[in-house]
Amino acid sequence: MSPKPGATKPAARNTAARAKAQAPRPAVTKEEKVSATTTTAGDAHAGSVPKDVSLKLFRFMKLTRETEDRIERKLYRQGKIVGGCYVGRGQEGITIGCVAALQEKDVIFPSHRDMGAFIMRGMPLVTIFAQYLGRADTPTRGKDGNAHLGDVSLGLINYVSHLADNVPIAAGAALAFKHRGEPRISINFLGEGSTSRGDFYEGLNFAAIHKLPVVYIVNNNQWAYATPVERQMPVKNVADRAPAFNIPGVIVDGNDVEAVYLAAMEAFERARSGGGPTLIECKTFRMTGHSAHDDAGYVPKEQFEIWAKKDPIIRMERRLRERGWIDDKYVGDMDGEIKKSVEEAAEIALGMPLPDGSETLNGVFTTPYRVKDVFPWRQTEEYKSIVIKKEKA
Amino acid sequence: MALSTYISAISQALREEMEADERVYCLGEDIALYGGAFRVTEGFLDQFGEGRMIDTPIAESQIIGTAIGSALMGMRPVAEMQFMDFISCGFDQLTQYAATSRYRWDVPCPIVVRGPSGGGVHGGPFHSQNNEMWFAQTPGLKVVCPGTAYDAKGLMKAAIRDDDPVLYFEHKYLYRRIKEELPTDDYIVPLGKGIVRRPGNTITLVTYAAMQYVALEAAEVLKHDGIELEIIDLRSIAPLDSDLVVESIKKTHKVILLHEDQAFGGISGELSARIAEEAMEYLDGPIRRITPPNTHVPYSPPLEEAFMPNAKDVVYVARELANY
Repeated sequence: MSPKPGATKPAARNTAARAKAQAPRPAVTKEEKVSATTTTAGDAHAGSVPKDVSLKLFRFMKLTRETEDRIERKLYRQGKIVGGCYVGRGQEGITIGCVAALQEKDVIFPSHRDMGAFIMRGMPLVTIFAQYLGRADTPTRGKDGNAHLGDVSLGLINYVSHLADNVPIAAGAALAFKHRGEPRISINFLGEGSTSRGDFYEGLNFAAIHKLPVVYIVNNNQWAYATPVERQMPVKNVADRAPAFNIPGVIVDGNDVEAVYLAAMEAFERARSGGGPTLIECKTFRMTGHSAHDDAGYVPKEQFEIWAKKDPIIRMERRLRERGWIDDKYVGDMDGEIKKSVEEAAEIALGMPLPDGSETLNGVFTTPYRVKDVFPWRQTEEYKSIVIKKEKA
Repeated sequence: MALSTYISAISQALREEMEADERVYCLGEDIALYGGAFRVTEGFLDQFGEGRMIDTPIAESQIIGTAIGSALMGMRPVAEMQFMDFISCGFDQLTQYAATSRYRWDVPCPIVVRGPSGGGVHGGPFHSQNNEMWFAQTPGLKVVCPGTAYDAKGLMKAAIRDDDPVLYFEHKYLYRRIKEELPTDDYIVPLGKGIVRRPGNTITLVTYAAMQYVALEAAEVLKHDGIELEIIDLRSIAPLDSDLVVESIKKTHKVILLHEDQAFGGISGELSARIAEEAMEYLDGPIRRITPPNTHVPYSPPLEEAFMPNAKDVVYVARELANY
């Protein structure tokens, strides 16, 4: 007897729902195929970006890649970096293209895929490695890890894991600039995943009402951890949301660093001259798992293959060679210099001391205040002599 | 000298700090053109202009987030929550971002988030909450709950000048019910310091905000029984001045903890633990708590009356404890 409508058991319904959810999604859309073949060829920006800028973009992308490779593929895999480990492989062009378009006093609210911002702004590589390694002499003193870093003097604002928090916060920084009549802007990098949160809408709304000098750059890498973009949003593009705030929404090929740079220059100038915020969506792809522990087995292999061909560094190198601006020697020398500086910085950081446990109690408040030590007995010989035997499972 | 209400003391503090420090500005819902739902910032728009009096959309997370961003860039924002009940919409910005900033990277986040809390005005479940403990539990946030006009002014000034994020819980029942003479000189009330509101030697009664008037009322009855309450107004919930409480208990040997927040997770729980840890041998009776039941704040007058601790409760419990 076939079940009556509505008489389906909950378990069966769940199974059906799961089957639907897990139905194979197209590995590669038609558009991706087209763009993979069209955007990697030609030189659309020849003459638009000065040579020195283009070479700088290239170099910083490479330096960022090498730094993050050292972090994720060496130090993390060697067990020297504990906890989660996030990198922005494949997305370097977005950060570098935007940061290169900034002026000195501007401030950056980065995300965990924006290592390039720290490097380009002059945060020493040693500090970056030391931070990942939980060392004492870092801006966080070992209290936070990964690129949860910042230095106000470099215009780099430390972020929290709740990334969309930065949307109204970056607006707040811009509000301060506008209020004081300073010609500064703030920029905020976020992923398409962050655009699902209410703070994204609240922040953009406020920034748009007051025409604040802030630019939001969304790296749409198509995956929020294991959730594909079509399960995150009902619109095709993040930029489609801009009209709701009556601000420009711009879509850029995020793997073309010069395209990003040019889009950023335009948006930053608009923000600086009182034209208000812009929402820039950079189409890209997360060429890693969410974190180093994640093999991204849920991402169709073909997507990685397609996007590997669109790698921002490879594309830029080909383009610069075609323009005759670099050759084998240039690239070889640069690679050697980058490798050496990364290697040296990592070695120095590995030799730096870990923080003392007592550091845990410091820094909760700015005014003199030390948290009560709840383990005063830990300094006693009696405590130190206690041995806890772990039973074998 | 003119008398100042509690709410006028808050306005005075804000105005004086804005006059003294260009970095101080206010943002919130209906605060500029309208002057605030309770008129705390009435007239401020004319005096300070719209650059420093910012009306925001109804978006608490944005209000607090924007305050944070501007504070990181050197401003001193005072954000109003129209009712402290609505602060839940900005919870993430406060507990995750503002609270951790100093600890994470040594960068202070000097914001003040202020607004009316508390019951007794038939505001119902969403306009009466005492939700200070949601934040007191988070390291890095300072939480103050002034109970007098003097403290309201002094704590506001201290909060604005402090480099850490401060949550300033006004008690709306007190807004226009109490009036005091205030000093004409500039003064602050230090954050994290309680005060003995009424000296006594029979029982220590620890409270804060509006409940201290309930305690004072009860003390006037109890003194005829020979019971002298020593009433401590905590003023700040975080940091918590438990030393003052412990010192008083060493003298009285008995303690009642009274507040308008519920018992479960209320500050009386933490205080009880500290008293047990630090003054156990001084106690001659059980630690007693007087708080509302663990329910929401009801609307209808008989219900809110049934909910709220009153002076008779204090008299009853104090007599019982005195005879213990």
